[in-house]
Amino acid sequence: MAGKVRAIVTTGYGTNCEMEMAHACRVAGADIVDIVHLSDILYGEVSLDSYHFLNLPGGFLDGDNLGAAQAGANRLRNGVIKDSGERLMDQVLRFVEQGGLILGVCNGFQLMVKAGLLPGFDGNYEERMVSLTYNDSGRFEDRWITCRFNQDSPCVFTRGLEYMDLPIRHGEGKFVAKDGETLGRLADSNLIVMQYVDKESGQPTQKYPDNPNGSELAIAGICDPTGRLMGLMPHPEAFHHKTNHPHWTRKEMPEDGAGIGIFRNGIEYLRKNVV
Amino acid sequence: MVCRIEVALKSGLKDALGDKYARRAVEDLNLNVEAIRTVKAYLVDFEGIDSNALKQAAEGPYSDPVTQICSIDSPLFKQMEFEWDWLIEVGFRPGVTDNEGKIAKEALELIIGRKAADEEGVYTSSQYLVRGEMNREQAEKLATGLLANDLIQRTLVATREEMERFWQAKEGPVYAIPRVQAEGEIVVKEMDLSAMSDDELIQLSRDGVLALNLKEMKTIRDYFARPEVIEERKKVGLGPKVTDVELEALAQTWSEHCKHKIFNALITYVDEDGSVVLEDSLFDTYIRGGTEEIRKRLGKDDWCLSVFKDNAGVIKFNDKYGVAFKVETHNSPSALDPYGGALTGIVGVNRDPFGTGMGAKLVFNTDVFCFGPPDYKGDLPKGLLHPKRIFEGVREGVEHGGNQSGIPTVNGSILFDERYLGKPLVFCGTGGVLPMEVCNRPGYEKKAQPGDAVVMCGGRIGKDGIHGATFSSEELHEGSPATAVQIGDPITQKKMTDFLLKARDLCYYNSITDNGAGGLSSSVGEMAEEAGGFELHLDRAPLKYPGLQPWEILLSEAQERMTVAVPSDRLEAFLELARKMDVEATVLGTFTDSGKFHCLYEGKTVAYMDMDFVHNGVPRLELKAVWQHPEHEEPVFEEPSDLGKELKTILARYNVCSKEYVVRQYDHEVQGGSVVKPMVGRWCDGPGDAAVLRPDLETYEGLVVSHGICPRYSDIDTYDMVCCAVDEAVRNAIAVGADPARMAGLDNFCWCDPVQSEKTPDGHYKLAQLVRANRALYEICTAYGVPCISGKDSMKNDANIGGVKISIPPTLLFSLIGRMDDVRKAITMDVKAPGHLVYVLGTTYEELGGSEYFASKGFVGNRVPQVRIKEARSRYAALHNAINKGLVASCHDCSDGGLAVALAESAFAGGFGMEIDLDLVPADSIDRTDYLLFSESQSRFVVTVATEKKKEFEDEMAGTVTALVGETTRDQALTITHHDRKVIFEDIGLLKRAWKEPIDW
Repeated sequence: MAGKVRAIVTTGYGTNCEMEMAHACRVAGADIVDIVHLSDILYGEVSLDSYHFLNLPGGFLDGDNLGAAQAGANRLRNGVIKDSGERLMDQVLRFVEQGGLILGVCNGFQLMVKAGLLPGFDGNYEERMVSLTYNDSGRFEDRWITCRFNQDSPCVFTRGLEYMDLPIRHGEGKFVAKDGETLGRLADSNLIVMQYVDKESGQPTQKYPDNPNGSELAIAGICDPTGRLMGLMPHPEAFHHKTNHPHWTRKEMPEDGAGIGIFRNGIEYLRKNVV
Repeated sequence: MVCRIEVALKSGLKDALGDKYARRAVEDLNLNVEAIRTVKAYLVDFEGIDSNALKQAAEGPYSDPVTQICSIDSPLFKQMEFEWDWLIEVGFRPGVTDNEGKIAKEALELIIGRKAADEEGVYTSSQYLVRGEMNREQAEKLATGLLANDLIQRTLVATREEMERFWQAKEGPVYAIPRVQAEGEIVVKEMDLSAMSDDELIQLSRDGVLALNLKEMKTIRDYFARPEVIEERKKVGLGPKVTDVELEALAQTWSEHCKHKIFNALITYVDEDGSVVLEDSLFDTYIRGGTEEIRKRLGKDDWCLSVFKDNAGVIKFNDKYGVAFKVETHNSPSALDPYGGALTGIVGVNRDPFGTGMGAKLVFNTDVFCFGPPDYKGDLPKGLLHPKRIFEGVREGVEHGGNQSGIPTVNGSILFDERYLGKPLVFCGTGGVLPMEVCNRPGYEKKAQPGDAVVMCGGRIGKDGIHGATFSSEELHEGSPATAVQIGDPITQKKMTDFLLKARDLCYYNSITDNGAGGLSSSVGEMAEEAGGFELHLDRAPLKYPGLQPWEILLSEAQERMTVAVPSDRLEAFLELARKMDVEATVLGTFTDSGKFHCLYEGKTVAYMDMDFVHNGVPRLELKAVWQHPEHEEPVFEEPSDLGKELKTILARYNVCSKEYVVRQYDHEVQGGSVVKPMVGRWCDGPGDAAVLRPDLETYEGLVVSHGICPRYSDIDTYDMVCCAVDEAVRNAIAVGADPARMAGLDNFCWCDPVQSEKTPDGHYKLAQLVRANRALYEICTAYGVPCISGKDSMKNDANIGGVKISIPPTLLFSLIGRMDDVRKAITMDVKAPGHLVYVLGTTYEELGGSEYFASKGFVGNRVPQVRIKEARSRYAALHNAINKGLVASCHDCSDGGLAVALAESAFAGGFGMEIDLDLVPADSIDRTDYLLFSESQSRFVVTVATEKKKEFEDEMAGTVTALVGETTRDQALTITHHDRKVIFEDIGLLKRAWKEPIDW
């Protein structure tokens, strides 16, 4: 499989953005894109070992019934692979160690922080340091926001990107850190990859609805220190074509949606560095 | 052993849920509430669970250590830095679906590495710590008036001292598990109908909530008295008496809900002039008849694939896919428990396209609600919820159902009328795509074969929804399961649909259908028509709790279940896949070709009837309809001097104002195919006319989804109400670019009881309204070439309010799916730039009968809008071509509030002003400016066109009524002149504010 970028998009137990996530991977140039039900992994029929790019799409894992991705993270941690007895989490950790990329969007991001995959300080990918909690508005909301990317972040997915309009669709997207120190460390290490900005000024904002959930430091997405693991609340896969944008009937836009840029960066990184 | 885990947000974090309830307690209930903090409680009832596992659960999945604190077997409120006066705890009554509890149980199973036993479980409840000076009565009002629904939930209202006491006792309310107590023994009752008098038969029907009339009861009695029936039943061990299983199954199958007896009745229709027409089945004549006529006309180009025979109608989308679409109502359950009723409504209708053909992948939801006014101040009889509470509950139910299922909610409406106080209407619709071919067979067909296993998948069976909503709340008592209301469980359903789609593509089954109304009786019964009979072992069905009678198992409307017919050679593989994907699947019996409806319990036959009798034995209704045109007072009022103010008043009416508050809380973009969203324009807050989406991301072909509904016109004539509803759906779809030659509709009739009786003295008139509505549906659908492909009726939408019977206005929801060859040609309703030309298409007549404007003045009027079908058709065809050629910058249809509202909405959605000369608007002898502005004449549009496309556009529209009436401006004002006088001069920002304010919660 040398030379081929292999992407896996997980689904099952309430995930629901797997189709467009896979579509975005294909449009962005991944050579092989498989949508895999978690049960296939838990049954040992598919392993993350044969992929380079793990996509954790949005949805409602277990209905978010104990809080977003709470039960999902519990499955990751306590679920074991049939026959081998390996923890699902151990397979994910091996995937990280072997240089794979992980992109978690919305519920996928919630899953990553709750499992401890992000921020992954000092190579510790199992400790929960930050979280995503109920929006200040107290509501699920679907609206388009604008975010700005951190030019100095190590994130491989966002190189060369400055601003992007994307939809958010969540009820629990308010980013909070365990404490001020954690937040400071995220900022200092440039792990804050993207922030919600005021549509007029282009500056990070706490103002609703430009900051749709009240996230600390207007954080919309973060990465780990290697830059290979990224999670974000906005949905780049939902802006895969210009017609997704709410203003596409109002102005000229490139045919590919801007969200594809994030996937393309990841895939190009893999092509250059891994496969 | 029962343990209690409590979880709450850390004190520094905003408790948005608590804040919301505190606000609503003040606003809606006028209570002195300062603040509320919430606590979640988990009662863990697991045998021998060790404290480590419990701690792990509490700190792991049950709470989030970054944002929350938790406690085990100690009151969390003691650790919270929050002063409170009252504690209100809300838990479920026994047997009510507890989705959080279910997931909490599964999470614990993963931690301890074993499955829960049947009697083990986790039960959740919510605590509200309330600060504010209130007496106990007020605290109880808060509990039952806002935080809990007595029908399905139990509440505890306590002071701090009381709570301390409860905790010390370690028993009582804080540790009470809502487990269902099995009562009585399992028994099949038999009834001797042959000895019953007419009165006794009717009494039996009434006592058993069977809703069968005398003629039907007699038909059943006579069937069981037939010698050959007695002989055959004897062979399987049954006597001449009918069993409760049989009687219940017949009552269900023959219900109005399932058999549509009114739509199939023989009706004598007496017109105003005394002439009499015999209507032989409204459904066959006007609905099915209309569709057949259209299909015949289409000939070999017929794109209808499956109509009126499956759970949803199916049309062709492209060579790869068909589209299945269905809309259902869930009115009575939503009146009782708005959240659960509406949630069940949406996840329930999901299973219709999912259970159509070999099973469709669901790609969009729609929903239309009709409520009483949210600011209603009048009295409400006991048992009736305030319309705002119904609104909020329904909104949230559909939100959870749609969002968690990952199906975008792309289109909808909310209407208000006081006549919906007693019966809100909750229409939920779902569309899905079906491969044209599944396992070398057409994907839109299915056929269970004799010998196939009857397999039930998904959720378990409880007493949910038995006899629908006919049970009243009084009949519920502590320890008895709540039967009246089902609560959907979207995640169990999602897991099931993921599984079944995989099984479909592996060719593991021959047929599939959903378990909705009537439960197994209906699903297995229907599929057995394909094979020719069935044998069902009721005792094999997995139950939520013990103690269900055989007839209850057969009839239960427990949700999230599909029934599939699995051939024996695939059965093991099917069941293995189910195990792997964590879906419960159980073999309950076999499809046969015996011609018999055959149920057994522990090996003993409990029902044995001819399939033919069950399905076709119901006697036909014979009804009378008498039409008399209602006469309303002709409105007399002076033309108001400030028409700008009038415009703002109309924009702020509940039926016209922005519904963004609701729309934003529904995911309308999941699956990535969103092209035209519900809210459009410069600030994404303008009202889109219809949705455009790509169900298949590999192609630019698109689906268009729209609807029409205008119950106010029924006050004058249901004939016009229907014509206007269909026209509205069609013109909405046209406005975004749909192809008029490829549209299909669904008819959902919500009527008041139209059968003359003591309770319904005006039944003859109401039935005449139904006849006229059907005639109109036929007329306009055949003229537009829009076939109805499926539909539904709900015929008893009446309520008794304070001793007065209130009937809903006869309401038709016409839902439409259309097609576009290329979604990149779609357009939106917002004006795009200054200096664009503004056109009005279509003539305005003096048609204000039933209008929002007349309603704002307290009138109904008589001149209801007429659809001029021929004119409209040529306009739609021309406009479609113009849109396809890229000549149109924006297009918005004129509906509620007429031309003035359409102009204002187009302007403020786009962020540019307009200068309009009303003298140029095509009008038919209207002398009043207000009438010209607010008349609701049909088939009209406001269109903007870039100046350089003027000629091409006008050429395209030649031969239709098209008038250039003004232009868009950079200036932010809507300026309308008439007879050289400025009649409206308003800032578009202020117009928008007036439109947004009413439902900006």
